[in-house]
Amino acid sequence: MISLHPVAIFLVGALLAALAGRRYGAVVVVLTPVVSFLNLIFLDSDANWTFKVLDYSVDLMRVDRLSLLFGYLFHLAAFIGAVFALHVRDRIQQVAALLYGGSAIGAVFAGDLVAFFLFWELAAVTSVFLIWARRIPQAMAAGMRYLIIQVISGLLFFAGVVMRVHETGSIAFDFIGLTGLASWLIFIALGIKCAFPMVHNWLTDAYPEATPTGAVFLSAFTTKLAVYALARGYPGTDLLIYIGAAMTVFPIFFAVIENDLRRVLCYSMINQIGFMVCGIGIGTALALNGAVSHAFNDVIFKGLLFMTMGSVLHMTGRMNGSDLGGLYKTMPVTTGLCIVGAASISAFPLFSGFVSKSMVMVAALEEGHGGVWLMLLFASAGVFHHAGIKIPFFAFFGHDSGLRVKEPPLNMLAAMFISAVLCIGIGAYPWPLYDLLPFPVVYDPFDLTHVVAQIQLLFFGAMAFVWLKLSGLYPPELRSLNIDAEWLYRRLAWRLALSVGGVVKQVDVAVRRVALDGVGVAIATVRRHCGPDALLAQSWTTGVATLWVALLLGATLVIYYLHSSLL
Amino acid sequence: MDKKHLFDNPRNVKRLLWLIYAICTGLALLDFVFHRHVVHDLEAIPGFYAIYGFGGCTLLVLVAKEMRKFLMRDEDYYDRDD
Repeated sequence: MISLHPVAIFLVGALLAALAGRRYGAVVVVLTPVVSFLNLIFLDSDANWTFKVLDYSVDLMRVDRLSLLFGYLFHLAAFIGAVFALHVRDRIQQVAALLYGGSAIGAVFAGDLVAFFLFWELAAVTSVFLIWARRIPQAMAAGMRYLIIQVISGLLFFAGVVMRVHETGSIAFDFIGLTGLASWLIFIALGIKCAFPMVHNWLTDAYPEATPTGAVFLSAFTTKLAVYALARGYPGTDLLIYIGAAMTVFPIFFAVIENDLRRVLCYSMINQIGFMVCGIGIGTALALNGAVSHAFNDVIFKGLLFMTMGSVLHMTGRMNGSDLGGLYKTMPVTTGLCIVGAASISAFPLFSGFVSKSMVMVAALEEGHGGVWLMLLFASAGVFHHAGIKIPFFAFFGHDSGLRVKEPPLNMLAAMFISAVLCIGIGAYPWPLYDLLPFPVVYDPFDLTHVVAQIQLLFFGAMAFVWLKLSGLYPPELRSLNIDAEWLYRRLAWRLALSVGGVVKQVDVAVRRVALDGVGVAIATVRRHCGPDALLAQSWTTGVATLWVALLLGATLVIYYLHSSLL
Repeated sequence: MDKKHLFDNPRNVKRLLWLIYAICTGLALLDFVFHRHVVHDLEAIPGFYAIYGFGGCTLLVLVAKEMRKFLMRDEDYYDRDD
């Protein structure tokens, strides 16, 4: 059996997709993850994928429980995304999707920091084309901002790796922990891609501008890759508990008042990553299992939600809550699939979010992080509110927008259906997923205490929505934009640059004026003495000239006489 | 003319709301029958999860609504140069 490296298969797939016609290109995009997955299952465990760079041997293939789980997940995500995009006749998106997915898979299987950096950068550069492929000015601008921030993250990572290699002499990517500047640089680089608070806006800025199908790929890979890297390098880092808890809480406030429904999903994505980051920070076997399995489930149910919103965008051309509503009348299947995704992200028992998120919550409680647990509990109720209720309600129910669009194309429905089946399947029977987790699972998700508590929390959250809506206290969807941390660089820094530029300009103008005045004075002086009317420029008559010559000769004679007589 | 859909009939909306009220009542009463094993002290309070869920969501929405007062801008806010 010949084993190939997964990345090689994706590279060949991308090449074929580029050469094939647009129609067959889409088929290649669907088949590539299938072929690569089969190859992965029958992978020759003795095969060696190392190559020499300088004095280091770089390892491209590390297969362990953690990398294998994310490897399977990314194949699944690439396949579902490809089915969802089967109708798209855009070669750029097809090639970008394969290169991006392949890079993410390459990064997961990377055996050391150098290989990881290579694929991590490749993923950043290829993913931006899924945003630019929208081909509208705001997507172009958002894509450029996205790329700049991704590259900054990459540079920080690279600097960290170089320093670490200098300190330790090793490029190994195992536990790093927060010790010294190098580890901090890598931590911050990963934190940017994980959408840590204050550096989270690249996500909410760029993903809603991506194509309807591109956003599905984007939502799967970049952030989960960062979660994977944190789980490898920084498990048990206390700081992550608090960063994660903050990430679960603050975005839900923005999600409630956000109008663009895909941006609402971005905020809820940060909220979900917060649970994973928190679990990695707690660092016990239960917490890490919870974090990793939640990453797995999140890719599927968040993908499903992005697909339902992508379908709405594809069919209506609109994405603002204020412009949508009442679509259940003509899109009942999409509505149902969206509700499955909403129930899963809300962690309703028997839906996938419940079997993974609860592990992190229980771990927080058992490890004595009572305050953090209360934050996570609040965030759980909150995510139900904005993702579980708000998304389906304002898109498919709510006030009737009068839009009467059909269900999306069959391939879109099929992709959503696959995800929905997985959401319910994993939610009802999580043990196959549990078997893949890094640590043995000794946890009963359907313990009655958890189930009852979660149902109480959620239904009373729903009750709060009903009450707020009926009493008119619920804030309406408005055509608007909410400023966030990105204001610092999109507005303040821009303004500062403009005002610093203004000061520079004023100084420049003043210096030029002084210099010009000096030149003017000099010209006037020369003109006064040598100008057309000046003494030095006057012409003399022949007589005067003769007189001067005679005088000079006379003077010379006198001086000569005096000179010789005095000696 | 559009055909009548499920929630075009106000009675169906009412029915859904009553269903939610009924489930919530049942869940609230469950706390007095069902004995949960408690890890955190707060969990021992009857109706803790119900109160926390309702209170949390209400607080979330009302705070977010207030946040609009200083966060909300026009849609073209970043595109304008003024």
